[in-house]
Amino acid sequence: MSANAITIESVPAGDQTWLATLHGWLTTVDHKRLGLLYIAYGLMFLVVGGVEALIIRIQLMHSHNDFVSPQVFNRMFTMHGTTMIFFMVMPVLFGFANYLVPLMIGARDMAFPRLNAFSFWLTALGGLLLYFSFLGGSGLYGAGNAPDVGWWAYAPLGAKAFSPGHSTDYWTLSLLVSGFGSIGTAINIIATVLCMRCPGMKLGRMPLVVWLYLVMSGMVLIAITPLSAAQIMLLIDRYLGGHFFDTQAGGSAVLWMHFFWIFGHPEVYVLVIPAFGFLSEIIPVFSRKPIFGYPVMVAASVAIAFVSLSVWAHHMFTVGMNSYANSFFALTTMAVGVPTGIKIFNWIGTMWGGRIRFKVPMLFCIGFLFQFLIAGLTGIIQAAAPVDWQLSLSYFVVAHFHYVIVGGILFATFGAFYYWYPKVTGRMLSESLGKLHFWLFLIGFHLTFDVMHIPGLLGMPRRIYTYEPGRGWDTLNLIVSVGAFIQAIAILVFVANLIISYWKGEKAGNDPWDAWTLEWSTSSPPSAYNFATVPVVASRRPLWDLKHPEDPDSRYE
Amino acid sequence: MSAFATSFPAAPEAWKLPYRGKVAMACLIIAEAAIFTIFVVAYLFYIGKSLTGPKPADVLETPIFFTICLLSSSLTVHFAGAALARGRRSAFVSMWLVTILLGGLFLFGTGMEWRHLIYERGLTISTNLFGTTYYSLVGLHAFHVIVGLVMLSIVAIFALAGRVGVEQCGRVDVLAMYWHFVDAVWVVVFTVVYILGR
Repeated sequence: MSANAITIESVPAGDQTWLATLHGWLTTVDHKRLGLLYIAYGLMFLVVGGVEALIIRIQLMHSHNDFVSPQVFNRMFTMHGTTMIFFMVMPVLFGFANYLVPLMIGARDMAFPRLNAFSFWLTALGGLLLYFSFLGGSGLYGAGNAPDVGWWAYAPLGAKAFSPGHSTDYWTLSLLVSGFGSIGTAINIIATVLCMRCPGMKLGRMPLVVWLYLVMSGMVLIAITPLSAAQIMLLIDRYLGGHFFDTQAGGSAVLWMHFFWIFGHPEVYVLVIPAFGFLSEIIPVFSRKPIFGYPVMVAASVAIAFVSLSVWAHHMFTVGMNSYANSFFALTTMAVGVPTGIKIFNWIGTMWGGRIRFKVPMLFCIGFLFQFLIAGLTGIIQAAAPVDWQLSLSYFVVAHFHYVIVGGILFATFGAFYYWYPKVTGRMLSESLGKLHFWLFLIGFHLTFDVMHIPGLLGMPRRIYTYEPGRGWDTLNLIVSVGAFIQAIAILVFVANLIISYWKGEKAGNDPWDAWTLEWSTSSPPSAYNFATVPVVASRRPLWDLKHPEDPDSRYE
Repeated sequence: MSAFATSFPAAPEAWKLPYRGKVAMACLIIAEAAIFTIFVVAYLFYIGKSLTGPKPADVLETPIFFTICLLSSSLTVHFAGAALARGRRSAFVSMWLVTILLGGLFLFGTGMEWRHLIYERGLTISTNLFGTTYYSLVGLHAFHVIVGLVMLSIVAIFALAGRVGVEQCGRVDVLAMYWHFVDAVWVVVFTVVYILGR
């Protein structure tokens, strides 16, 4: 039998009062609305964390600056790191997962809509707890304010004796709560992908971004939970007088480092794997070719996830591990480069010989390819333990991981915004504002993070609130700070584009990019029920099959 | 609206996907196993590193009876599920209640052990590293037993009200998976705390 893919335009439900609208959003269990809530929440924290970064950069603009006190500086880098990882990148990526996964596999909603809402509100509570520390962190002791222990909170800094007051408690609780939210969403994504696929959507036919979200969720299950366990231990130390990380009672500070980085390093891959997914969707559509090496891409992703679980102690070369541990972690770290290299090769293979359309989503993806390659190369440099002994805890490391997170993950995420915005709102983002955003951000990014490697090589340690003149760091730091402001302007252009295009943007229609995955077969924005009839797929590019019944992909797969 | 031909291919004849409850519970178990792993690693790492007494060998007694209780509750919960699948509801209810009883007995055992350690041996969570790791690991497990007992009891209330039939089989199985996991974790905790740790 053959079912008709009917698309029905959404019918306006009449004017609602603002209270009813608010109530609708707060009590929603719809995956699309929750996805948008996640993304809006993450974007809000992008601005907050960005302001914190600017404060850091103003302070470091020249030597002996006193824009903020050392205490405030410590709070700023702690809050910037914690905010950007846990409350900006994670929610935005989970938002995309929520929005896209059910649409791309032809499902009505996530497997557990209420768990989905619960997870979002846990994450929201986590962010609130973290920022409430600005008000409540002093507690009864009158000491401390926002947490200032760095985003790793190395022992014994996190202990009661060194972090009096409640600032570190808010940090711990917020990560614990948002961690449970992440686990809930990860469980939901896995159950959705495995149990809710439309007929014909075999695992080997799923869009790559769905595959990568499946891998990412599997990693969340085993990588976020060690952090939760370590936070429970820290709470036991702080509230019940435990001795897990109390060196005076025989506890070990190094154990905390291990626990933190068992979480911390896979976390980077939790963040970058969905970014790989965005690239794997956008590059084929804008190169007018199917993805090169689909099964290899899947295998490489699983391999990255697997290997990345055994690299964590490369963050700890300077701690003084034995030579076997150093060699093991150096080798595994370098090994991650192999499957990652395969992926870069396959994206280039997809573009090779294609009719490339240089629209804004594609521009961001090409930016990603170059920058992620450099980020990977500086990573390989530091994987060699002796080099790391020299570079660890310097600005070289800061430059390296910002290259990954900003130059890689954030660029891919911007690409995803420009690619799927028409589906979400029914209107295109402005191309001219988008190009302005891209070029400004690209220039700002390279000014900041290319140059930032050099003070690191010259020996400038991270997390210092100021420095002596005459070391050759002043000019470099000034350039880095100027770049940060250019990036901030680019982000403002992006936000303006999001807002202006929502009202004034060109109408998008169902399928503005002539794409191939299921989400483009339904209306923009999709109705609450997603699909009027349950789709059936016979290949990896169901919409290609629909548009080219004379030469469907299903004939060759 | 649609700009292209609008017919999807024919649906495949057999299209069967796994039950989402089981998949989700399997994922939860993986996540929980990772949490327990970290606590077990901390316990193993700190064996013999306490700077002051009491030491495990001085104060711990092996809770063999209560361990048998907990492990046999895995059997009863399995029999309960099997009885429900065959539609024998009264057998289901009785096996289910026995499971709760056995789980409750185990929890009582943990409580008595802690009472003994705290009031007679003077070991609290802040006494030394052994106290910190012991109460955390055993306590984390006991917390999971409590959560399991609460969920088992909710099902028991519905079952006694006659609301649990064959159609709830899948859900009951999902809960049984969790309970098996709690028991399996106890095997690890028991080995680490009462055998390796002494």
